[in-house]
Amino acid sequence: MMFSLENITNSIHEWLYANLNATLALIIEFAIIGVLVIGLFAALGLVLIMMERKVSSWMQLRLGPNRVGPGGMFQTVADTIKLIVKEGMTPDRVDKLLFNLAPFIVMVIAMVVMAPIMFAKGFQIWDINIGVLFVLAVSSISVIGILIAGWASNNKYSLLGAMRSGAQIVSYELSAGLSVLAIVVLSGGLRMSTIIDAQQTGWWLFKGHIPAIIAFVIFIIAVTAETNRAPFDLAEAESELTGGFHTEYSGMKFALFFLAEYVNIFVVCAIGATLFLGGWMPFHIGNWQAFNHVMDYIPSSIWFFGKTFLLIFIIMWFRWTFPRLRIDQLLQLEWKYLLPISMFNLLLATVVAIAGWHF
Amino acid sequence: MYRETEVIQTIPGTDEMVLNIGPQHPATHGVLHLVITLNGEIIKKVEPHLGYIHRSIEKMCESLSYRQFIYSTSRMDYLSSHINNHACALCVEQGLEVEIPRRAQYIRVIMDELTRIASHCLWWGAMAMDVGALTPFFLAFREREMINDIMEETCGARLTMNYMVPGGVMFDLHPNFVGRVKHFIAHFKSKIDEYDELVTGNIIFQNRLKNIGVLRPEDAISYGCSGPTARASGVSCDLRKHMPYEIYPELQFEEVLDNGGDSFARYLVRLTELRQSMHILEQLIDDIPEGDFQAKTKAVLKLPKGEYYQPIETARGEFGVYIVSDGSTTPYRIKFRSPGFSNLSVLDHISRGQKIGDLVAIMGSLDLVIPDIDR
Amino acid sequence: MGLRNYLSDVASGVKSLLTGMKVTGRLFLRHHKEKITQQYPDNKDTMVYPERFRGEVVMPHDDNNEHACTGCTACELACPNGTIKIITKFDVTPEGKRKKAIDTFIYHLQLCTMCNLCIEACPTDAIKMAQTFEHSVFDRSQLIKKLNQEGSKIREGVE
Repeated sequence: MMFSLENITNSIHEWLYANLNATLALIIEFAIIGVLVIGLFAALGLVLIMMERKVSSWMQLRLGPNRVGPGGMFQTVADTIKLIVKEGMTPDRVDKLLFNLAPFIVMVIAMVVMAPIMFAKGFQIWDINIGVLFVLAVSSISVIGILIAGWASNNKYSLLGAMRSGAQIVSYELSAGLSVLAIVVLSGGLRMSTIIDAQQTGWWLFKGHIPAIIAFVIFIIAVTAETNRAPFDLAEAESELTGGFHTEYSGMKFALFFLAEYVNIFVVCAIGATLFLGGWMPFHIGNWQAFNHVMDYIPSSIWFFGKTFLLIFIIMWFRWTFPRLRIDQLLQLEWKYLLPISMFNLLLATVVAIAGWHF
Repeated sequence: MYRETEVIQTIPGTDEMVLNIGPQHPATHGVLHLVITLNGEIIKKVEPHLGYIHRSIEKMCESLSYRQFIYSTSRMDYLSSHINNHACALCVEQGLEVEIPRRAQYIRVIMDELTRIASHCLWWGAMAMDVGALTPFFLAFREREMINDIMEETCGARLTMNYMVPGGVMFDLHPNFVGRVKHFIAHFKSKIDEYDELVTGNIIFQNRLKNIGVLRPEDAISYGCSGPTARASGVSCDLRKHMPYEIYPELQFEEVLDNGGDSFARYLVRLTELRQSMHILEQLIDDIPEGDFQAKTKAVLKLPKGEYYQPIETARGEFGVYIVSDGSTTPYRIKFRSPGFSNLSVLDHISRGQKIGDLVAIMGSLDLVIPDIDR
Repeated sequence: MGLRNYLSDVASGVKSLLTGMKVTGRLFLRHHKEKITQQYPDNKDTMVYPERFRGEVVMPHDDNNEHACTGCTACELACPNGTIKIITKFDVTPEGKRKKAIDTFIYHLQLCTMCNLCIEACPTDAIKMAQTFEHSVFDRSQLIKKLNQEGSKIREGVE
């Protein structure tokens, strides 16, 4: 196809290397990627916050934002401008260096995790051979940013929120990792492109039988917890800890936390879409040639973003339905339910993979 | 100047720290200030500090006439303002010894029960919001809004109605009233199951409330708890049954009791009371007798010298009005026994050893209205 | 059976969660049909004000700029907050009799709790509650209102 992202990136790449020396071309590519990632970040923040507000208002019989722009579309833009203009306050008696550093740590980690994600066919920043492992490893660093924020704020609410968040993210890493591992076992590779290619004949959710379905459910629950979303939003727990770890933050520093939360949701949902729903692969049904052909005409980027936003919607649906868990119940859910089930599930997946019972 | 390195301190010699919740905090539903001592997440002690919304209503009432003081009780427990006004009116009538027309009695009871439903609706939404689910709040407000509209049409106000006057009610019912209440009952019946589906059955919600804040019956009695809070501990204390007023003895309804004593029992009692209130409304709404809506009273009311006490069952428990009269046009002393104050006093007892998240759930299940506590 | 209980716990828990999601999912799909939000300043034209709604005390005047207030101060006495202050004067009738009439009917909107006791007390129905509710002003002195219009007088026959 003419406008496939793969062709565009390839032609830019070839043009740069043909006209400039290799080092300069690489630096220019870095710059382009950096700008694109930051642009995607801003766009995602605006779109996802808008989506969250609309989803919540529709579930709550409300109208949602409808004043700024047509249908309230520019509400988040207006909010962002307000947050940028707002004074970036640093309270007295906080650890000033760490306090100002924390939002950037959280933000940068959310950006780095984007590297191995395949946004469309052949459109990827870095097809690292340990892609999945890279994502799991880097995303668990974000807890450090939250811990720093809570500690540096010198506020009891923040401290409690940060400590909760630490316990929570460390625990849920396990079952998220194990459920991802089930898919790695099935597809036989850690590289993102390998996993997607393995789903050429069908998405893992469908052809992986029971282990893939269990892994998918556990993955969704675990990443909801990992991104500190309700019903696992104990780190901020509005009705208990007012704002949790970001109680003391305001203005743009708060906005960075907020943005990082939404970008994290996007990233984990993108991983989920890649692992379980075939990434950019179109939806195919066995021998229905005509149907499959029509599906192929839909660009791969639309497939990818469609699946990702579907998962994001599910996570938002959770948030506007469920009450919040208590900290001990949260850990109990992980250690008594999710972890044993996902360990057993990994075993099952291994058996299925070795015996070749999947399609 | 603050020291650069000053950090959070624990209580010397222990691992405990003091955390102030309130007066401005999303969990306290008003200006309640709780000083809690924490060991990590575990609560060691809860100390409620009152007075942020004290308006000295009792003292104010001493300079108001027996007609005038009623309006100020709407501002105490603003969610059961009708019932508070009703208690005052009953207490004054007790002194005046006037016969209330049957129509007025019917209207008063219908209004009380509507208020109770509206109050419990708000509580249900706020309770779910405390526990972390935000959607139920809007569902509850959908129903509460219908009641408010009915009130607005008949009483002229949505929250502080001042509809009860000594001798009856201020106006007759609006012609649309009966139809709208019937419509509300039909609507609410279909929606109350949605409440159960969304919140009551939810496993997270149940786990958050079960065995949390257990209040034993003897503690409920010794702390003076009343209303759904005490009834959830198995203490039979519904004044509509035990010290009946108006036409309650003629009505068919059950006193909702639960032996659990925990937050979930309190939740269930209130939810069942919603259904009982609807049952009462159904009995009354079809045959409101014709007649006067207000007994003839003198323009200037004077209570004979003496003491009068009238307790009444509000949405939160026993609300009592105690009037000491010296025979003049204004009361010599007025004392209000508010249910929220006694129910709050039990908070420290039942939340020790629980976690911060539980404290919020317990406060939600006690259904505290802060202006009622402070007065 | 430990394992069986464990599994049935998981199953019933998941089922209860799905029931809740069904409710919100249904609300989400029906969102265009049911809205509880009123778009207040925009819906002013279609808003229904109940006739009994108590927004503010007003004194109706008829076409001849006449009102029904005799200046008996019953409302002033009935008011719990001292919201109403009536300044009376004595008119001289053509027959030479001195007759009590109001000079100024002062109404302090900032003190009023809309309890309706003054309207109940009024023997001649000279004052009533209006449905207006947008009372915010920039200066509180604007909330002190004079209810009788300039040059108005008492209607014939009202005693």
